[in-house]
Amino acid sequence: MRWAALAGVLILVALPAVLSSYLLSVFIFIFFYAFLGQAWNIVGGYAGQLSAGHAAFVGIGAYVSAILSQQVGLTPWLGMFVGGAVAAVLGAVIGYLGFRFGLRGFYFVLLTVAFAEVCRIAVGNLEVTGGAIGYYISFTGNPWQFQFQDNRAHYYITLTLMLLATGVAWLVERRRLGAYLAAIREDEEAAEALGVNAFRYKLTAMVISSFLTGVGGTFYAFYLLSLQPNSVFGIPLSVDIIIRPIVGGTGTLLGPILGSFILSPLAELSRHYLGQGGWAGAHLIAYGILLILVVLFIPQGAYPYLKSLVSGRSNG
Amino acid sequence: MAQGGRPPEVRLPPAQGLGEGGRLSILVAQGLISGLLFGGVYSLMAVGLTLIFGVMRVVNFAHGDMMVWGMYLAWLLATRVGVDPYVGFVVCAAALFVLGLAVQRGLVNRIIDAPHEMQILLMLGVALVLENVALLVFGPEPQRVRSAISTSAVWLGPLFIDVARLVTFAVAIVLSLLLSFFLFRTDLGRSIRAAADNPYGALVIGTDVRRVYAIAFAVGAACVGAAGALVTPIVPFQPTTGLQLSVTSFNIVIIGGMGSLPGAFVGGLLVSVAESLGAVFLAPSMKELVSFSLLIVVLLFRPAGLFGRRAP
Repeated sequence: MRWAALAGVLILVALPAVLSSYLLSVFIFIFFYAFLGQAWNIVGGYAGQLSAGHAAFVGIGAYVSAILSQQVGLTPWLGMFVGGAVAAVLGAVIGYLGFRFGLRGFYFVLLTVAFAEVCRIAVGNLEVTGGAIGYYISFTGNPWQFQFQDNRAHYYITLTLMLLATGVAWLVERRRLGAYLAAIREDEEAAEALGVNAFRYKLTAMVISSFLTGVGGTFYAFYLLSLQPNSVFGIPLSVDIIIRPIVGGTGTLLGPILGSFILSPLAELSRHYLGQGGWAGAHLIAYGILLILVVLFIPQGAYPYLKSLVSGRSNG
Repeated sequence: MAQGGRPPEVRLPPAQGLGEGGRLSILVAQGLISGLLFGGVYSLMAVGLTLIFGVMRVVNFAHGDMMVWGMYLAWLLATRVGVDPYVGFVVCAAALFVLGLAVQRGLVNRIIDAPHEMQILLMLGVALVLENVALLVFGPEPQRVRSAISTSAVWLGPLFIDVARLVTFAVAIVLSLLLSFFLFRTDLGRSIRAAADNPYGALVIGTDVRRVYAIAFAVGAACVGAAGALVTPIVPFQPTTGLQLSVTSFNIVIIGGMGSLPGAFVGGLLVSVAESLGAVFLAPSMKELVSFSLLIVVLLFRPAGLFGRRAP
């Protein structure tokens, strides 16, 4: 398993040598959403707290590092950690409120949605963020400004982000925290009865997850060079973030990555081919159908399903 | 007095001799009226959502998108067949009843005992399909339906009342009352309430719970279909409106208390008035901020909602 993972990473590192520039951008897309999905997975998968407002952390991280770089002159290489920290503080606030008051299931979903919507409306009405028109970053191509002429740089940055988040998730899984989170996810009352401080560990998961997601916001800002509150804080981005780990398998290390390798090319292809002929929403219809099929037929996700197929075969 | 063209949401009164304070109080009164009148639609849509939740413990994430389909059906009826939306809403309600029945029988029924997360994700899938099929079929441009009365208005002293809003409000209230009559005075309605209260008990005394579930879901969808048709003469709509409407319905239902019919009804009026006053005091683009803030406060301090009996 370990050797397979290492081989996979080496292939991904060597891949840009043979990729066309279009395929390169598809891989950037895959890695970035795998990274966001993995970051979400820590609180949504391992801890089982279905946050549906994770776009807010992307947005906060993106705006903070963009404004710091344009207004204050702070390099995004540092700004990304400031953005991550601000996102983590907000994640802690929302997690504190939600977990302290014992909101579960649908109520927690709604709290996180409402939080993201409040952020979207607030940012859309602030002057420093450019309001509803959006915030624009002028292209300099200066690596110190987190801008690159060569798309391969974006490739390696997103690959690093994905591996980093996966490393964090791996640490969480292997440490006590992972065991506590699994216990909380399966049966919170039972876990608390055994002395697990559910509030504390759920909050820890939320803070780690929102920090990572906020760091990702910097890439979003400096890759696209324009930020609109409706797209970067919107519910569709939150859906984009959660759907990959769900399809791939929540609470598993490879689920978000597998999910992104399945869904991101699908989204990109349908956007590319169907988006032009007035088929704007086609990839979202495909998402919807896929979501329904996953829930009905493989609720545990694609990765655990494949794993059970493989192990079933080797045993029998 | 009849007015030509469409009146804006809040309009300065014609009275001239008023000071700053008088002008503000008129603006507030105007906001109250237009918010209250719009609240009928919010109430109807929230009643549909809370009915579905109360009976099945399933949150219909596709609620707003179903409403958008009600809107587009009313639009099709008005533009292709020439049926006024104040008549066509009956057809829209019937069509959404059928859609609700199909979604319940085909999908929701299969996951009724699944964990909440799975139910949420399934309904999210349904929402995505409904919204984007609407986008494919009808395109992204905002539409609006003209009713015979959508340009008339009356002045009540310095205050201005939009006749379309008034009629929409009246019809929505009548439909909500009809629904409570159905739930409290008919046998089928009683069995729906019984199943909501205690599904096992209802099963024991011989209620066909599966049938009750299907009908409750379909009636909830019909409510939102009618609500959709009724707002078409008042506000423009597009496929992406559905998401906002879903979120607003959730807000109302949580503020009122999940599963509580009076809660949804009062919550609808309350949220609409709050949004309308928010638009007076803050920027119009910030009116949603008011209802979200209201939601967060209710979630934190009284998660059972204003009329709810049990905490989540």
